Amino acid sequence: MSELRETTYLEAIRDAMAEEMRRDDRVFILGEDIGAYGGAFKITEGFLDEFGADRVIDTPISEAAIVGAAIGAAHVGLRPIAEMQFIDFIAPAFDMIVNFAAKSRYRTGIGAGLVIRGPCGGGSRSGPFHSQNVESYFANVAGLKMVAPATARDAKGLLTAAIRDPDPVLYFEHKFLYRRVKEMLPIDEEIVVPLGVARTHREGSDLTIVTYGGMLYKTAEAAEAIAAEDGAEIEVIDLRSLRPLDTDAIVASVRKTGRLLIVHEAARFGGFAGEITAQVSEQAFEWLDAPVRRVTALDTPVPYAPALEDYYLPQVDDITAAARWLLAY
Amino acid sequence: MLLTRGLEERLEILLKQGHLVGSVYRSLGQEATAVGSAFALGPGDWLAPSIRDMGALFVRGLDVRDMLRQYTARGTSLCAGKDNITHFTVPELGLLGPVSPLGTQLCVLNGVALAFKQRRQPNVCMTYQGEGASRTGASHEGFSLAAALDLPIVVWLEHNRWAFGTRSDRQSAVEDWLDAAAMYGVPAESVDGNDVTAVYAGARKAVDRARAGGGMTILVAETYRMHGHAQHDAQKYVPAEELEEWRDRDPIDRCEVALHETGASAEELAVIRREVAAELDLAVDDVLAEPGPEGEEARTRVYASADLDALVPWTRGPVPGYGDLAPHLRAEA
Repeated sequence: MSELRETTYLEAIRDAMAEEMRRDDRVFILGEDIGAYGGAFKITEGFLDEFGADRVIDTPISEAAIVGAAIGAAHVGLRPIAEMQFIDFIAPAFDMIVNFAAKSRYRTGIGAGLVIRGPCGGGSRSGPFHSQNVESYFANVAGLKMVAPATARDAKGLLTAAIRDPDPVLYFEHKFLYRRVKEMLPIDEEIVVPLGVARTHREGSDLTIVTYGGMLYKTAEAAEAIAAEDGAEIEVIDLRSLRPLDTDAIVASVRKTGRLLIVHEAARFGGFAGEITAQVSEQAFEWLDAPVRRVTALDTPVPYAPALEDYYLPQVDDITAAARWLLAY
Repeated sequence: MLLTRGLEERLEILLKQGHLVGSVYRSLGQEATAVGSAFALGPGDWLAPSIRDMGALFVRGLDVRDMLRQYTARGTSLCAGKDNITHFTVPELGLLGPVSPLGTQLCVLNGVALAFKQRRQPNVCMTYQGEGASRTGASHEGFSLAAALDLPIVVWLEHNRWAFGTRSDRQSAVEDWLDAAAMYGVPAESVDGNDVTAVYAGARKAVDRARAGGGMTILVAETYRMHGHAQHDAQKYVPAEELEEWRDRDPIDRCEVALHETGASAEELAVIRREVAAELDLAVDDVLAEPGPEGEEARTRVYASADLDALVPWTRGPVPGYGDLAPHLRAEA
């Protein structure tokens, strides 16, 4: 039995990188303020001392150059981790990700096994440029993988798997969870969570709620409230990976419960909820007893003032209301 | 240079005959920059050409058949028919292809140079961009990072006067493109891009400096794009007298004169021309006999795992769990 230690979501990310860097000298990290400063959220604190300036590389404020260098290094066998200081700043690297990293294997047969990670999500009163969820921007791009962990175990296990993966992986870490989420994790045991496999967070037979990332906790709270107050059992599926999407797990659950609600923090139009709805409609139409519904953020930029941001983000009450509507349908 | 020009002339004929997919992108007038510079590289070095640097690829060991396969979209091509022109990456030859969004290639080549530096490997990278490409944000980021991280890389700024249909004075207010290089704080030099020995000498110095740990060099090649952007571009926007002036500086003609001056006979040069023509004849015959890709190969090689690629096709096939027929039709059948 391994010794356990209370580990925050943030520490899980740090541990995954440090352990992979110790295990494999091909792994290195590059980004803005990650070396001497230790990262905007102190995730790479101590890395410069332990691994040296060759493997913990402070770069100019040049996201395209950061991702580009990661691609080139991957081409010659290294395992780069490119940090976006906030995932919002992935926008200047869009061209590199979409046109170079994602298409490289398809076009040339030479892959780009790299990880691009950064803090996403709202709730920390950070305004339109430090709060976004960008997964939908990349959802339409073949060749990419995308993960969005909700728990500390998954944060560690998915990052380890992503670093070892031969394809480009976008790793979305929810900054609201950094220090709020913690769990007991083994300190001397490797954790690897395979990409593309969802996790059933809570079993139930009356309604399926599919969610991921920061919305897992609000969804779980809504499910518990409905179990206590209404006696209905909701199955909560935490996707963990967005691409590959574990459609089999979603379809199996919907065939069991006959009802589906999708909850995500990204905006609604063109979001993952729409894709999941389409796949369920194609593969489980006859099992549906109610329309598929979505609870998402508004189709607006992320606003700054607390009252505005709270209104923008999906809240527990929004989830319980939609769930009750579906249960009563 | 003769191989480059000869192949491009063949490609124009093959295009008219309907054998090519897409257009032909000539490097007419710019052959010396690509060819002379690539000779300065050694084993294990990497080169990242633009579409107008085909000659550099042959210097680095690429078979002319590989270019023909690209242009004819053969299943046997380095891109397996999935991309065109010089857009391939071949680690064994140290070649990194471009993508069409310009300036990005430098950012990626930086990663190769970074790996050389990290591994204390005495190798060097070399790449090329037109003055137009150098105006992209990615290019500027690539220059900044390479210079700040002191990477072993040589970048050619090919000042060929035209980016598609736009003259270089609409790309920047600088008159001397060496001024555009100055802001990165690395050694920069201007070179006569139509003189193959001057190009080689400039490249050699820069490559040696990078190999010795001296970091990045930017070289500005003064040259001229003698053809339109591609075959559809008749170059009507280019003043005829300007073309005449640069035709007198043709890099192949100048090389021939230089060879004569150093003692090469007319017969020796004629032999080289005949050999190039024979090589091209053979290559064209070989490649035209090769098959194109099968349509369903469009869905392969998106991911490293074939299992993931297998998830792609069912948008065209039976729906999982249903098969070919909708349930009520299946019951009747």
